[in-house]
Amino acid sequence: MTDLTAGSPTVDQIRADYTEMTRRKRVYGGILLIVFVALMAAGFRTADDRNAGSFADGWHRIFDYPAEVLSETWEKIDALPANLVKFFPALVETINIAAASTLIGTIAGTFLALMSTRGMALWPALIPLFRRIADICRAIPEIVIALVLIFILGGGPVPAMIAIAIHTAGALGKLFSEVNENASLKPVEGLASVGANWSQRMYLGVIPQVGPNYVSYALLRFEINIRASAILGFVGAGGLGYELRNSMSWGQGKYDQAAAIFLLLFVTIVVVDQISGHLRDRLTHGSEKGARA
Amino acid sequence: MSTFATDLSLDELKAEADRLFSRKRLINFGLPALVLAYLTYVFFAFDVPGLAGRANWENGKTLVADSYSYKTHIERDNRTGEVSAAIEGERKGAYPEGQAPDWVALGETTVIDLEDGHIVRFGPETVEYDIPGYGTVRATPTRSAGVQAELPAGDVPDWINVSKNRMAITTDAGRLTVTRNRSEVFRYFNGWELFFFTLDSPYYGKSFPQLIGLAANGEAGAILNDFWTNKMWRHQDVAWAIFETILMAFLGTLGAGIVALPLAFLATRNFNPLRSVRFLTRRVFDFVRGVDALIWTVVLARAFGPGPLTGALAILVTDTGTFGKIFSEALENVDQKQIEGVQSTGANAPQRYRFGVIPQVTPVLLSQLLYFLESNTRSATVIGAITGGGIGLLLTQAIITQKDWEEVAYYIVLIILMVMLMDWFSGWLRRRLIQGETKPQRKKAKIASSAS
Repeated sequence: MTDLTAGSPTVDQIRADYTEMTRRKRVYGGILLIVFVALMAAGFRTADDRNAGSFADGWHRIFDYPAEVLSETWEKIDALPANLVKFFPALVETINIAAASTLIGTIAGTFLALMSTRGMALWPALIPLFRRIADICRAIPEIVIALVLIFILGGGPVPAMIAIAIHTAGALGKLFSEVNENASLKPVEGLASVGANWSQRMYLGVIPQVGPNYVSYALLRFEINIRASAILGFVGAGGLGYELRNSMSWGQGKYDQAAAIFLLLFVTIVVVDQISGHLRDRLTHGSEKGARA
Repeated sequence: MSTFATDLSLDELKAEADRLFSRKRLINFGLPALVLAYLTYVFFAFDVPGLAGRANWENGKTLVADSYSYKTHIERDNRTGEVSAAIEGERKGAYPEGQAPDWVALGETTVIDLEDGHIVRFGPETVEYDIPGYGTVRATPTRSAGVQAELPAGDVPDWINVSKNRMAITTDAGRLTVTRNRSEVFRYFNGWELFFFTLDSPYYGKSFPQLIGLAANGEAGAILNDFWTNKMWRHQDVAWAIFETILMAFLGTLGAGIVALPLAFLATRNFNPLRSVRFLTRRVFDFVRGVDALIWTVVLARAFGPGPLTGALAILVTDTGTFGKIFSEALENVDQKQIEGVQSTGANAPQRYRFGVIPQVTPVLLSQLLYFLESNTRSATVIGAITGGGIGLLLTQAIITQKDWEEVAYYIVLIILMVMLMDWFSGWLRRRLIQGETKPQRKKAKIASSAS
């Protein structure tokens, strides 16, 4: 029971309460801000101390390396087309790693997602198990699996492909299962009533509902995986990253090659981002054409 | 588009339906066929069939076995006759001189009990190995005549390898190698030995209750110190490395957020009327995003050298582009009415932004920042491996040695735990900070948030 005798508080009271509240809020906000700034500053100091070169000494040298590379490339501008052609196969390999791992990861992720969604799972008792599997796959950085597999399988694109596919399966598994949660189970029940087995129920009842979202997420993953496959190349898994490390370890005199690789990588990432962004936009917002069928 | 011709005859309708079905059938079978064709192409482009030949399954076996077991080396120098014992054969795992594990009896003749009846004796001249069910193998290493092995009568089994200067026996109980200069026995155990204390620590071999007792007697500091400075597992370095990795992610993500927010205003249609500036800012975002963390890491490592700062800056620069794009999209979607409402109370420009704009975009901003914090913890591990900092560096170092697989396994477990912890933490913080978050908003943020 709120007591009614208090009746209506005076305007002054309300104002006092309100000012008190805003002041308290402001103090909390201020403290949070101070803590945050202190954390950032302390973190920066620590990182600076533990770094080989300090920020104060290095910041004006940031553009030295790009400048060197650019000037040398400019001198040998004639060789650029030849270099671009030379490294094109490496680019194809990088893209293949990303595409194959995205495909495999999408298939595995679909499976994981279906297995970990209530109402769709083949073995409902194992839902937590499949969720944990997806969590662990997602938590493993690609480089961990790639390095271990390189030791066993030798360098090359396959370790990178497997490593990225595992992480992709976990990441997509989680996103897909969120999509599945929103899918209607009515088509599944309908198919079950006519005697469809599990794979038919999923393929005809669920996938058509969630397909556009799946494809949209898979495209986003493809963008990310292009970058990942370039990075894994740098630790020995083939493709552009591998060529980049080689040409960088030769140092001066081979900068024109490094520049060609930078250029290829940059253009690829931008082009893939643009295309997939455009496609995703059409998938999520729909288009006149897509509305048919 | 969706007008229906009502004057179609039945045949025409049927033909229409047939066409639709055949197209669907084509897509239903064509798409999987296309995927399959591509995977087949990749299968050959990556030379998967040749992989089986190149793969080194022995490496795989050592890796798996080593990650959960360890071996103790008992070594006899055949010139001086000295016997030493060391875990994993490493200096930092060596027993002090004149000491050995309790299954080794040092003396004129050193007796090594490998259990199940397997016994190795390092005599003054001859090495003997009793193998149950086979017999006793003798080997006499001499400087002049190499290793003279005497085996029981019969064929030499394939687990014994004898040559003029070397004899190697591998059994389930252990492994014996005799060369001219030394005789060596490996015995395998399960587990991670010396994880808590190395042999030179007085606390080695003490049970947990004993340690608690000692700690209660005022030795807690010394015990912690011995654990912390364990030379074999380097707990101190590992803890610092994990901290460095998280620090890289933290500084990079939040730094990028701080840099990107003001720039994002410049890239929006509704807050920046200058078309050229808008265009320029957007291209800058696209550029830093497109250059990618790998190239930024390479470039920044030239300026700052290896370390966590380089990694943090590489994350910062790349994510400035990503955040700039996401933030500016969020800013373009703000509701003008709130800003007008604030303006109607006589607020000036900074106040309009503070109370009209920022509260609207805060949920998106925060959830993005927190999502990236988790994802960048993973990136920081990878960048650390390239630029040399954090747990990524320790992991690559341990892999390069090609023998410390138990440490590799340890680091992998730590990395997975670290990422899962950050995932949980950022999710928890997101729920705490964005209480008023409504369902559709969260969904929108999530779609955008998966951008890494």
